[in-house]
Amino acid sequence: MANKVELVCPAGSFPALRAAVDNGADAVYMGFRDATNARNFPGLNFDERTARQGIEYAHQRGAKVLLALNTYPQPQSWAIWEAAVDKAAALGVDALILADFGLMAYAARTHPQLRLHLSVQGSATSAEAIAFYRERFNIQRVVLPRVLSLSQVKRVINNTDVEVETFAFGSLCVMVEGRCYLSSYATGESPNTCGACSPAKSVRWEETPHGRNVRLNGVLIDSYKADDSAGYPVLCKGRFLVNGKLGYALEEPTSLSVLDILPQLIEAGVSAIKVEGRQRSPAYVAQVTRVLRQALDAAQANPAGYTPRRDWVAQLDKVAEGSTHTLGALERNWQ
Amino acid sequence: MKLSLGPILYFWPREQVLDFYKQVAEWPLDIVYLGEVICSKRRLLKPDDWLAIAEALTAAGKEVVLSTLTLVEAESELLAMRRAIENGQYLVEANDMAAVQMAAGKVPFVAGPHLNIYNCESLTQMFKAGATRWVMPVELSNETLQALLNGCPSGLETEVFAYGRLPLAFSARCFTARNEGLPKDDCQLRCGDYADGVVMRSQEEEDFLVINGIQTQSATTSSLLDALPEMVAMGVDVLRLSPQSRNMAEVVEIFYEVLDGELSVKAGTKSLKKIANGELSNGFWYGKSGMDWHVEAVAEGHG
Repeated sequence: MANKVELVCPAGSFPALRAAVDNGADAVYMGFRDATNARNFPGLNFDERTARQGIEYAHQRGAKVLLALNTYPQPQSWAIWEAAVDKAAALGVDALILADFGLMAYAARTHPQLRLHLSVQGSATSAEAIAFYRERFNIQRVVLPRVLSLSQVKRVINNTDVEVETFAFGSLCVMVEGRCYLSSYATGESPNTCGACSPAKSVRWEETPHGRNVRLNGVLIDSYKADDSAGYPVLCKGRFLVNGKLGYALEEPTSLSVLDILPQLIEAGVSAIKVEGRQRSPAYVAQVTRVLRQALDAAQANPAGYTPRRDWVAQLDKVAEGSTHTLGALERNWQ
Repeated sequence: MKLSLGPILYFWPREQVLDFYKQVAEWPLDIVYLGEVICSKRRLLKPDDWLAIAEALTAAGKEVVLSTLTLVEAESELLAMRRAIENGQYLVEANDMAAVQMAAGKVPFVAGPHLNIYNCESLTQMFKAGATRWVMPVELSNETLQALLNGCPSGLETEVFAYGRLPLAFSARCFTARNEGLPKDDCQLRCGDYADGVVMRSQEEEDFLVINGIQTQSATTSSLLDALPEMVAMGVDVLRLSPQSRNMAEVVEIFYEVLDGELSVKAGTKSLKKIANGELSNGFWYGKSGMDWHVEAVAEGHG
């Protein structure tokens, strides 16, 4: 099929990688087991041995492996990031996903043959910003932050020769990725510096006579009644008081899903769609990959006749944050 | 060490802005950053108004820098950005890579606080592109800054955000409109009702964050006054003070007097506590949570 859109799925572990590949991912993305990637969570990610196994498993089945090194190294630990770039190159990954333009300069200089993708954490929202990375580091693809409307995504695609990847499903960052210090403001650790948002070690649950409280480094993020379902306490999705009114001041717990507008995204010219969730289970990866594989195939085969099947929507909502979905910024009303 | 005044981050009435900069001309500041960096719908001042302010401030002996938008989404925003960068007279501050790309190799620029410069290699890239000054991202610590300064290309000035509510995040969504029950496309510019943003409190009524349109700020006011002697020793070139709607003249005066040795850090901090919005914080500088107030540093030494 001409202009085939790639389905890029998360691999937080070897079983998740297998689940993604076996259920139809065209590419998987993964990270090393340290602060060099934006899902630096306990028990997740790959050491060198499992990375080699994972790459072999994917390559034997025709799937690509993208390696995320998408945090921002500081001088004191710069050597770790440099070594990670070298390790990835030696392992034979199909591309590096980088956010930091310093690290990108290193990668482009040291491994000129290695394909580079600009991570969503690089916060490039316009063709001009993308051109900066293209001209200097010859990036081949950009992952767009979840802040643009569908027409803005289209305009970016029309004005760049870099491939564009957009998020298709998963937990929704409300803020421009790569420019959010809310987590480090509360806990000292952020996605940029440590690859963690609202880190688990700063989370404390307490049972009180009025319900269940959840705190992030002491700050009360939310309070749940006995029959409320309580999700992971990401601080931008808690309930707060604004002008005396209690509510989800920034965003409700919800997931992004582009199922409804897949043909429009394809028509806009996206090269790849991405599933969020390296921190999620292999079962999640299998479920979401299976649904999106079917949906993407259907939307590419017959865009005019495409409608999201009800069982697809139901299956995705089951694994979605807050069991509900949104188009996020792709739809003006959300903004 | 020079003192700069950051761009106004809030949406103030036109008269208030004009009046504010009339006062700024008299304040002991070296550099003034001008322009709208948050939301392109805030247009009470036209480009010519900004240029008139720039002219008056230049005449008063200030270095004027035109700041550009931080989150760029629409074509019209890129056009406005290009006009600012090609103004032909004033230095510009790039707050997004699109602005860097437009300025690179053509005009010198200040690499703003939202460009994510975390290491020496990134600093070198900005220097090569034509940056003459860079502003440290607010979440970095003194230790990281020292390491950066050790590897910093010579000829590149370093600026630190030293006072004000911290710019923490940006979104496609307008949170002010959301909390007024309005869609962004019909926001009615309600952010204009809040001269210093609107405070977001925890359910225990503890101030936490501040909503300012599409921007989220800290509810605390960050003050690095206590770190001033340390920054002088490190070789920081510029301290940025971010405007608040009241008592800004006093804030500038306090920093100026402490720099000049006329006022102690301790006395200055005591005065800042009375006029700052919310509590003071300085945690980022000491490698802690940004909202923390690291007291030992103030109690010891420089008092």
